[in-house]
Amino acid sequence: MNETIQLDGHSPKGPLEQRWTQHKYNLRVVSPANRKHYRIIVVGTGLAGASAAASLAEMGYQVTTVCFQDSPRRAHSIAAQGGINAAKNYHNDGDSVWRLFYDMIKGGDFRARESNVFRLAELSTGIIDQAVAQGVPFAREYSGYLANRSFGGAQVSRTFYARGQTGQQLLLGAYQAMSRQVALGHIRHLSRTEMQDLILIKGQAKGIITRNLLTGELVSHLADCVLLCTGGYGNAYYLSTNAKGCNASAIWRAHKKGALFANPSFTQIHPTCIPQHGELQSKLTLMSESLRNDGRIWAPKHAKDCDRNPNEIAESDRDYFLERMYPAFGNLVPRDIASRAVKLICDEGRGVGHEINGQKLGVYLDFADAIVEQGATTINEKYGNLFEMYHRITSEDPTQQPMRIYPAVHYTMGGLWVDYNLMTTIDGLFAGGEANFSDHGANRLGASALMQGLADGYFILPATVSDYLARQKPLADADYPEVAETRLSVQKHLSRLLSAPDPKHSPDDFHRRLGQILWDNCGMARNDHDLRQAIMQIQQLREAYWQQVKITGDNKQINQVLERAGRIADFMELAELMCRDALQREESCGCHARVEHLTPTGEVQRHDNQFSYVSAWRYSGNVSEPILVKEPLHFDFVSPGIRNYQ
Amino acid sequence: MKFILHIWRQSRPAESGNFRRYELEVSAESSFLEMLDALNEQLIQAGEEPVAFDHDCREGICGSCSLVINGEPHGRHRATTSCQQYMRDYQDQKELWIEPWRAAAFPVIQDLITDRSALDRLIQAGGYIPVRTGAAPEANTIPVAKKVADKAFDAATCIGCGACVAVCPNASATLFVAAKVSHLSSLPQGKLDAERPAKMLAQMQAEGFGSCSNYRECERSCPKQISTENIVTLNRALYRN
Ligand SMILES: Cc1cc2nc3c(=O)[nH]c(=O)nc-3n(C[C@H](O)[C@H](O)[C@H](O)COP(=O)(O)OP(=O)(O)OC[C@H]3O[C@@H](n4cnc5c(N)ncnc54)[C@H](O)[C@@H]3O)c2cc1C
Ligand code: SF4
Ligand code: FES
Repeated sequence: MNETIQLDGHSPKGPLEQRWTQHKYNLRVVSPANRKHYRIIVVGTGLAGASAAASLAEMGYQVTTVCFQDSPRRAHSIAAQGGINAAKNYHNDGDSVWRLFYDMIKGGDFRARESNVFRLAELSTGIIDQAVAQGVPFAREYSGYLANRSFGGAQVSRTFYARGQTGQQLLLGAYQAMSRQVALGHIRHLSRTEMQDLILIKGQAKGIITRNLLTGELVSHLADCVLLCTGGYGNAYYLSTNAKGCNASAIWRAHKKGALFANPSFTQIHPTCIPQHGELQSKLTLMSESLRNDGRIWAPKHAKDCDRNPNEIAESDRDYFLERMYPAFGNLVPRDIASRAVKLICDEGRGVGHEINGQKLGVYLDFADAIVEQGATTINEKYGNLFEMYHRITSEDPTQQPMRIYPAVHYTMGGLWVDYNLMTTIDGLFAGGEANFSDHGANRLGASALMQGLADGYFILPATVSDYLARQKPLADADYPEVAETRLSVQKHLSRLLSAPDPKHSPDDFHRRLGQILWDNCGMARNDHDLRQAIMQIQQLREAYWQQVKITGDNKQINQVLERAGRIADFMELAELMCRDALQREESCGCHARVEHLTPTGEVQRHDNQFSYVSAWRYSGNVSEPILVKEPLHFDFVSPGIRNYQ
Repeated sequence: MKFILHIWRQSRPAESGNFRRYELEVSAESSFLEMLDALNEQLIQAGEEPVAFDHDCREGICGSCSLVINGEPHGRHRATTSCQQYMRDYQDQKELWIEPWRAAAFPVIQDLITDRSALDRLIQAGGYIPVRTGAAPEANTIPVAKKVADKAFDAATCIGCGACVAVCPNASATLFVAAKVSHLSSLPQGKLDAERPAKMLAQMQAEGFGSCSNYRECERSCPKQISTENIVTLNRALYRN
């Protein structure tokens, strides 16, 4: 079903460079004396949530934050390894806000809004300043100035990093800023607390129902607006590089309350992950993209060499396929391109390592040349902790033999649809960070997620949320019938999970099956037939889930199986939407490669005249009958060229 | 590989717990937490309650996982979190004892999960640079010598897991506090708050952590190899003021 109404992205007009400044000027502000009368709920305390909460509390609003971990410091953002981009041009290599903007919009295959992407590039420099002031120990040159490195998809060095732990250091910076506000009484933080549903009062987002994960108690919280900063939904695939707890529940339940869900099928698959080794594996581990700066990717030229010790394979029998296929960018091509190339090689039967379902899924990432050229010390200094991690997981030493890598689900570009103010289609409901869809288009460039989360939290939401609040009267404390209604529906949902008529299989068992369907059909390559098949399989699996899911224990103390079961129930529904979105987008763009739409050389082929839009889905009351709303994308400053990395 | 597991089961904070015995067949490639997942799948199938344990990233960086394995917080491999222990590392063992962190300031909530929120309150007491959020000068106006930045970074990698507390005979959180103080106070931006060490140590006492008497067990079990040198830095910062 298509809907002809148009979404208003509230993108400002005028020259790109002035849009955000002008827009900010037009936004209303709440006077400092009045701010304490407004309450804001921030769900999620990763980079986006913690930075938003710290900023808003600093301004004087009353903020409540919740997260499901035992401490905000453990949000998934902590795991980001490689770095954060900023257009500082410290290297004098010609970087600029325009170039970062251009790289991102091209990297996303021209499926993001010009205004948003430009704003992100523009705000990037302020993030580094903010983080340094907070004490984030970024890498330094001997001069004492900040160091940079380059990252996939870019030809300039604009990535700031703190060894391989950039996300950790940035999150601790935001968490510490947030902790200061907790001590000052401006933030009330609730850990081990999961948002179950959104409370709408007269159509506006005015609160949430949470479940205390220690006691099972359901609590309602009211506020003048709600910010969802709850991260991505890559775990729908079961195996991914995401932390185990990452899920889609908050945004999915908001979707079912009326928030449009945009581009759900855009899932980034990261090329350099440690390959799967067995059936009961619970997650895949990313090896940072920065490794591609010095590591060379290759596979044996001949299938007969695949079982041989890689060090014994002669140079002439190795296929450095990225360098061969993309001479200009070589090993630094963007993620989607690298991932598909690796898949292609393995599909040809030239993969190495463990065999999964009859296929060897791995290629080599080799540091031998780099060690010879730069010395073992330099290479260890750059990548030591990643080497250790690899060594521990695989019991192979990457300084002695090449690493094995294979693509894995990593990041979801889709999420709640938001306008330029980061507000969803529900009045008063904002979404920040990976939970929204906004700035990466069909593919995210490395080191841009941290940047986006922090730009949202430190700079954008403080301004746009204030504008929204300036137009609201603080919510009066009263008994709103909507609160009790929402709580009741949450209770019913939980009881239903706990009392399946024919309990047989654990939630994880279902999750693994769901993940396999998505990976096979809505993964690195998609096609019409398989997507239709997958939709049917997901519907059947969902049916079986509600009949057979088996959860032991009760609802009155920690019950991790029940927590997971709730999240998987949402993945089951979202998965169908992901496939439907992929099915309707009859083109290839970024991470979305429809095999029917590839060039003769195997490159993705966009169809701009038909698909230059954001697909935003409205919940119709029936998960299988979502309504597609299109937000057209206009390009006034760049011309959507062919994304050529050759 | 076949293991006999003795796992601490405790249903509520107020109730007393005990070790329960399980048998499990598991592949050498599994991580320690995947082994627990497999056990839990079996327990669910048998209609029993699975073992509760904290975990999230499973990459050794979030600090959630917290198993004491055969008496050692985070298990036998040094500089490694529980989630990064692999069953092949335990090939020579038949029986494994798995229990939660033990410290008065970390009460057991259920099974292998303890309440570590005291560590958050230590940070709230002063573990930050009191800078306004949202307005900062250009980053390169404050150069920081590479040596200093590296030292700050080494201290900053603490993941707040609490293994140092769990292994300490005094259940002291000094290494955790020292890591934060040393991270912040080695940087020019962080030097200004001279009261930070005193505030954090006062909070440490208030939370029921013991004080440091230089056993140095903390350093040995720290997955991030936070050095006890940081405690020297902490003491210097404390007594110079
Ligand atoms: C291994 C790995 C490496 C990466 N490396 C990089 C990198 O080098 N550079 C880069 O730019 N990006 C990187 N990324 C991507 C980046 O880390 C994430 O996109 C980003 O951290 C997401 O931040 P966030 O604040 O949006 O969400 P998260 O950090 O995922 O935070 C989500 C928060 O929401 C909370 N939450 C979720 N649901 C609920 C609920 N229902 N109730 C209550 N709380 C809830 C959680 O508790 C958590 O606090 C990496 C990602 C991975 C997986
Ligand atoms: S100092 Fe080490 S052991 Fe202690 S909390 Fe930090 S990382 Fe964990
Ligand atoms: S689960 Fe994150 S450190 Fe072990």
